[in-house]
Amino acid sequence: METNQYVKEVAGEKYKYGFTTDIHTEIIEKGLNEQTIRTISEKKGEPEWLLQFRLDAYKQWLDMKQPSWGHLKMPEIDYQAISYYADPTAKKKDNENKEIDPELIKTFDKLGIPLEERLALSGTAVDAVMDSVSVKTTQQEVLAEKGIIFCSFGEAVKNHPELVKKYLGSVVPPKDNFFAALNSAVFSDGSFVYIPKNTRCPMELSTYFRINARMTGQFERTLIVCDEGAYVSYLEGCTAPMRDENQLHAAIVEIVVMDNAEVKYSTVQNWFPGDENGQGGVLNLVTKRGHLRGVNSKLSWTQVETGSAITWKYPSCVLSGDGSQAEFYSVALTNHYQQADTGTKMIHLGKNTKSTIISKGISAGKSQNSYRGLVRVSPNADGARNYSSCDSLLLGSECGAHTFPYMDVKNNNAVVEHEATTSKISEDQLFYCNQRGISTEEAVGLIVNGYAKDVINKLPMEFAVEAQKLLAVNLEGSVG
Amino acid sequence: MTQSEKQYIDLYEECREVIKANSAEALNAPRELAFKHFMSAGFPTLKKEEYKYTDVQKAFAPDYGLNFKRIDIPTDPFEVFRCNVPNLSTLLYFVVNDLCFKDNPTFNDGSGIYLGSIKQAPERAKEAFTQHYTKHADTASDGITALNTALAQDAFMVYVPRHQRLNKTLQVINLLHAKTDLMVNRRVMIVLEEGAQATLLFCDHAMDNVSFLATQVTEIYCGNNSHLDMYEMEENHTQCTRFSNTYVNVGADCNVSINNITLYNGTTRNTTRVTLQGEHSEVTLNGCVIADKNQKVDNNTLIEHQVPNCKSNELYRYVLDDSAVGAFAGRILVQPGAQKTVSEENNANLCATKQARMYSQPMLEIYADDVKCSHGSTVGVLDENALFYMQQRGIPTEEARMLLKHAFISQVSEKIRLEPLRERLNYLVNKRFRGQLDKCTGCSLCK
Repeated sequence: METNQYVKEVAGEKYKYGFTTDIHTEIIEKGLNEQTIRTISEKKGEPEWLLQFRLDAYKQWLDMKQPSWGHLKMPEIDYQAISYYADPTAKKKDNENKEIDPELIKTFDKLGIPLEERLALSGTAVDAVMDSVSVKTTQQEVLAEKGIIFCSFGEAVKNHPELVKKYLGSVVPPKDNFFAALNSAVFSDGSFVYIPKNTRCPMELSTYFRINARMTGQFERTLIVCDEGAYVSYLEGCTAPMRDENQLHAAIVEIVVMDNAEVKYSTVQNWFPGDENGQGGVLNLVTKRGHLRGVNSKLSWTQVETGSAITWKYPSCVLSGDGSQAEFYSVALTNHYQQADTGTKMIHLGKNTKSTIISKGISAGKSQNSYRGLVRVSPNADGARNYSSCDSLLLGSECGAHTFPYMDVKNNNAVVEHEATTSKISEDQLFYCNQRGISTEEAVGLIVNGYAKDVINKLPMEFAVEAQKLLAVNLEGSVG
Repeated sequence: MTQSEKQYIDLYEECREVIKANSAEALNAPRELAFKHFMSAGFPTLKKEEYKYTDVQKAFAPDYGLNFKRIDIPTDPFEVFRCNVPNLSTLLYFVVNDLCFKDNPTFNDGSGIYLGSIKQAPERAKEAFTQHYTKHADTASDGITALNTALAQDAFMVYVPRHQRLNKTLQVINLLHAKTDLMVNRRVMIVLEEGAQATLLFCDHAMDNVSFLATQVTEIYCGNNSHLDMYEMEENHTQCTRFSNTYVNVGADCNVSINNITLYNGTTRNTTRVTLQGEHSEVTLNGCVIADKNQKVDNNTLIEHQVPNCKSNELYRYVLDDSAVGAFAGRILVQPGAQKTVSEENNANLCATKQARMYSQPMLEIYADDVKCSHGSTVGVLDENALFYMQQRGIPTEEARMLLKHAFISQVSEKIRLEPLRERLNYLVNKRFRGQLDKCTGCSLCK
């Protein structure tokens, strides 16, 4: 009964990443206008074309309206009350000192993300991002030997402008949606990954995002390009301090997958979900999309969503390469007053493309959890195949679980299947566990973990452990 | 305001008095309010989630004639439709365009059951009508319902008083008959009081080769312990556009089954809204669609569980050929506190050609925890293995395909509780797949 003890052990914990780091942070003035964008661009020392990209995006954003179709009660966001750039490493630059502030190292240590090379053996390269700036990227040299580029977005713009220019905005154009336009205008740091042809990335790459400063938003941008025959597994983790106001997080993730290449993208999202009364929490409004350009390319999204007051995102795949395959595995857990409207989009354009969607929603407390997914098969996507399954588990009588699948099929030899169930934990299962001396609370933990196993098994090892812990912690108090 | 909305607003303002003067009195009361609602809401646009797949503006844009003055179109439907579904003796009623046929039989078995136009209804039925009219079909929520309420002049009423049972199946034939393009606004009211029981069959037919636009609003009230079987069969032609909104209000301990069969049509949009307001009721919604050429069929359903311990089943199957477009959106809404709800939804679709389009959207919206809800949806092609098996046994490909398609649809027809109708439907489906039901030539049910 190892899992059970485990569940119990962690069930006693609250949101443990809620601490703040007291560090000198340079924050630019609140508000968003053309000048803000110029300031950000200047601070990052960006070339003219990137500034132009931002300004164009800003112009488009001005003409757009915040969408309201989500099954969410969104608090009003005052885009002028947010600061769009916060740099916790600013002091360092002033002192011309190459060392990272020990305060920052401590912070990431506390989060379990060691920035020092002493963990070189752990087999993971980390890009640690706090607020708007990448603090450090580890293992870069080892990767560089293989020709792999793994660095912060800012560095990539400086060192590999031709790659960035070629791929930036090619998967998620600025005018894609309201939040994508906002991000394109004000994006700060994120990670850039390029895996050259026929290279298998020897270690997991990961980025850890942390919001620290008050009244700021995080607008990171991740771009992953996986060239022909290459492979990479990429992890993303995120936390934020407990604040009683909402914090905005509007990121973009773009992935380009070439012929015979494979990308695995895993997220464990644990932004601050707000307190038991629904105060505060991060608004997680992210656009994530992968473009499977090459033949027989593969992309797999795995996400464990336990945090954020509001999660509104649809990691998507555009399958344009013939024979490409896409997968989406998701566990979304909401508790207290959290709201999630998440799912995926699978756009089949190429022939013999295949996609799988496995979504598990768990709602507890007074939360609302929705799955929304689109499967579109274009007239040319002969032999396209999709299988979707989305299950919802309800814990507590005041929560909601919703499923909104969309299927647009424009081809006669495509096979699209969808199934969904919604139910609570069955009395029989609980009774069976109770009979064997397992308390109800433990039994629920056990059943939930078993329920989410399909997805958690897809996560890389280190993340799987964290994800299981998270599920247990977030269910605390909702059982019984 | 769009051009097509303006057209109807002007028309109403111009003909307001004529409409009222030639209308059944009971329909006049909410007319002005409904018109106001239409003016403010207008037609639903493609941006509205529920109408994403049907362009309402476009459907209402052409200039159709309307028969506000209730000019009698000389016809004797009894001549055209001689018999009923074999082995099923029905009570046969006609609605010609939106006018209840003047020589409809009068039903009187002493039980107080009333069938027919609201104009001739006895006091009790009229009272029931007024009590329920526009109470279930909310004119503020839907532009088409509002327009229908503003323009409708006659209503077909089915009134079954307490503990009474309609022994025979009622068959209402909706005939579309005109020399020029015509718009009709039909209204149906079905009131089953406590413990009442009825089986109803509605058939839609177009007699002439002109364009028809039909709006139909059906309000159904099922009192506690009542039992309703309703079948709607549409066999029009490709120039017909039909918007049918059905609102069903279900009390406690009821058993209600609504079946929507689209065999032949031009553009069809069926909206079904079921509200379960009493415990221990069961609702079944079934539908099958066979469409080819440029036909469009859009079924939009909502089953709302407001109370605990109810059960709902939904099954829709589509077979799409040529450039047909099918859409299905089924939403099951379980309100807070509606515990022990059991709900199942299934939508399966066959696309036979590359040009056929299917949009499927089975949705669950659940706010209670002790429920069992599931939905499934598939879009696909005929099973190659099954085809191969049949060809091996000397069945030609075309025949084998037909057999499989028929088997696919029969999952829905098997749910029909009226046996003769079930057989008849199987026959019609077969005929339809063979392309022999190309054009409506009167009531195929009766041939």
